[in-house]
Amino acid sequence: MSRLFYLLPLAAFLFFAGLAGYMLTQDKTDAVPSQMVEQPLPDFALKPAVDGIPGVSRADFVGGAPRLLNIWASWCLPCIAEAPHLERLKEEGVEIVGIAVRDEPEAVAQFLERHGNPYSRIGADEISELMIELGASGVPETYVIDAEGNIRYQHIGDIRAETVPMLLAKLEEVR
Amino acid sequence: MIAEIGLAALWLATALAALQMVSGAVGMARGSDNPLALYARPAAVVQATLAILAFAMLLYAFAITDLSIKLVATHSHSAKPFLYKLTGTWGNHEGSMLLWVAVLAASGGLLAGAERRLPERTMAATLGVQGFVALGFYAFLLLSSNPFERLPAPAPEGIGLNPLLQDIGLAIHPPTLYIGYVGLSVAFSLAMGALLTRQVNPAFAKVMRPWVLGAWVFLTFGITAGSYWAYYELGWGGWWFWDPVENASLMPWLAATALLHSVSVLAARDALRTWTIMLGVLAFSMSMLGTFLVRSGVLTSVHAFAVDPERGTFILVLLGLYIGGALAIFAARASSIAEGKRFTATSRESALVFNNVMLSAILAIVLLGTLYPLLTEAFGVRVSVGPPYFNPASAIFAIPMFLVMAVGPLLRWKDDAPRRIRRELIGLAAIALIIVMLAAFVGHYDVLPILGLALAAALAIGALLPLRGRNLARVPLATWGMVTAHFGVAVALFGMASESAFTSEKLAAVAPGGSEEVAGWTVTLENVAPVAGPNWTAVEARIAARRGEGEPHILAPQARSFWAPAQATSESALLTRWDGQLYAVIGDRAGIDEAGNERWQLRIWWKPFVTFIWYGGLLVAAGGVLAGIGHVRVDLRRRRATARGDARRADLAALRRADPIAEPAE
Repeated sequence: MSRLFYLLPLAAFLFFAGLAGYMLTQDKTDAVPSQMVEQPLPDFALKPAVDGIPGVSRADFVGGAPRLLNIWASWCLPCIAEAPHLERLKEEGVEIVGIAVRDEPEAVAQFLERHGNPYSRIGADEISELMIELGASGVPETYVIDAEGNIRYQHIGDIRAETVPMLLAKLEEVR
Repeated sequence: MIAEIGLAALWLATALAALQMVSGAVGMARGSDNPLALYARPAAVVQATLAILAFAMLLYAFAITDLSIKLVATHSHSAKPFLYKLTGTWGNHEGSMLLWVAVLAASGGLLAGAERRLPERTMAATLGVQGFVALGFYAFLLLSSNPFERLPAPAPEGIGLNPLLQDIGLAIHPPTLYIGYVGLSVAFSLAMGALLTRQVNPAFAKVMRPWVLGAWVFLTFGITAGSYWAYYELGWGGWWFWDPVENASLMPWLAATALLHSVSVLAARDALRTWTIMLGVLAFSMSMLGTFLVRSGVLTSVHAFAVDPERGTFILVLLGLYIGGALAIFAARASSIAEGKRFTATSRESALVFNNVMLSAILAIVLLGTLYPLLTEAFGVRVSVGPPYFNPASAIFAIPMFLVMAVGPLLRWKDDAPRRIRRELIGLAAIALIIVMLAAFVGHYDVLPILGLALAAALAIGALLPLRGRNLARVPLATWGMVTAHFGVAVALFGMASESAFTSEKLAAVAPGGSEEVAGWTVTLENVAPVAGPNWTAVEARIAARRGEGEPHILAPQARSFWAPAQATSESALLTRWDGQLYAVIGDRAGIDEAGNERWQLRIWWKPFVTFIWYGGLLVAAGGVLAGIGHVRVDLRRRRATARGDARRADLAALRRADPIAEPAE
């Protein structure tokens, strides 16, 4: 057998090492982006998650200004961390629609009392139905919905201080 | 003090590894009479003692939950059951790497202390390579993952161990695999030593064989145990998920299987020299690649318990040094090791070469599937490769491999006429054909499981044929080992095929008192109640399972919530029968039925003969053990005979000196 043949394993290995080395320098996110971005919102109607705040249906997203759809839950720790930033978005005049996933009315009420209520409406998604239809990979997630009810942007994970201006810009962009 | 003793032992061991490397290199280059070359063996032995001491110190720190050590505080908890305190030692990155180097040093010490058959230069080169490998891992441990790091102030309480790892499986599975991986590192060092000193011959193969065989037995056992752990602990009802880390343990096994067969041919027939060296490098590469994939986090995996890109870089550098270096030496030297004895296309050697190619092809398929997401991600596309690729792609090569495996042991070495075994060939083919036809007649099943059943039957009979017409008491143990292992493969294959062809599954929302039917079993949910364990609470379902009109058996699957750290796990309940297992999992609450009772998600499987997968795996490992005992016995007998011969010659020489006239009869 020729010498060249014996070089093959080395060549294959060098290719792998180069690839792996390159990938190690790349930022790694495990988030799975939704296929629903740039698609219209699916049809849905969710009953109120807590007394005193209306529930959510698709019709609530049509007309007026673009809105944020925030998937959260009272049992979710990052949701506590993002609560003040949602509050700031509300102060900027953004309408935020909440979807409480697998939650109980008492727990939702307690959460809002403790961490504030940035939401105009909160729908109860008891079995993660809407969450799955939106292609969300976890809680919390925030979607930018334009005035025609189309999903324009997906933010995976909690909203941080630096995310706020970015979301405001996105909302302005789709206006 | 404990941590300091451990750390000091580790640094000393590192220094000795450096000494072993230099001394080995000198021994290879200048000959073993050079004064510097004398240190290699003792350095390896003392290093082994120190590395084991370091590991024992960490084990002790975990046993007493010394919360001033960062590793203990972040991975243990004072309220954990004692067994899991101990197993927690290797249930984390640093501790498992320390176990890795401890086993590496121990086997290096064993090799240096016990192996006297190799030429001294080859031995020096081998120990030098072994020292080089060990040095890299010591550096990795000390520079990027120090297990003995102290906290500035002791923690009041530990964080706890990942609940999925709080299982008896963890006590066995990782150490077993590590011993396997490390055994392959010795095989690697031996292969490099032989290649560097151009000593690739049967004597070298006989030294290498027990290490490969031992490593292979441990890997086989480790994979079998790991598969069973995933099966009952993860609660998905599957036994193999083609997860990157599972693949990372399968690839070294495939390479080691091919290596085991090659090294046996080299020992017995002086053929397959380049195969043996190449596979020796490949097997160790694959075990290092596994370590890299698990630790670096470049691939997403359910096993990624300790991910850190910085460590990934370190391991990649080590990988480049060892594997890149070894493959470069291989490329330069391979054509200089002559091919060895010739053989014809219809010989046992050819059958083994064919299956080497098939095993390597399956290895390539698995490697490609495992790394493909890495490749596409470099171009910004995220894909996940699963059973639809792995099953058919590996079957393309596995099916011919099983066919040759059924026939190969019937062939003679060097040259054989296929006509001699015509009757056996026709018989085996007929069995396989009848099963395929029966299955097509009985029902609609997938192609692969049916082929699996047919091949399993042919292979089971083919595996036993080498015993035909022989006096069983006189069959060598090594042959028994081969027969057992091949028969085990047939048993496992039967289990896999049966599980995928005949499994029945039922997912239902059931209120207490409600019943479901699955494959002849009536499953009744009696009640759901909360229970508490040492560090968890759970809801436990009591399920009565009755087969036909038989006695009911109680199963109690749980949905557990651990509080340190907070995590939910699903504890499946299994009912084992000789012809299969009933597998029950309880899920979430699923609303309320018309009568106002709470309903629960229940998932029930009946998996016919699924247990044969692991029985088969154990048989394969047992075959390896038998073969190992056989080889050791033969070797000891030969050593004793040589010693007797030497003694007799010495006596004769002494006699001659004492009485020069006497002419003793030879």
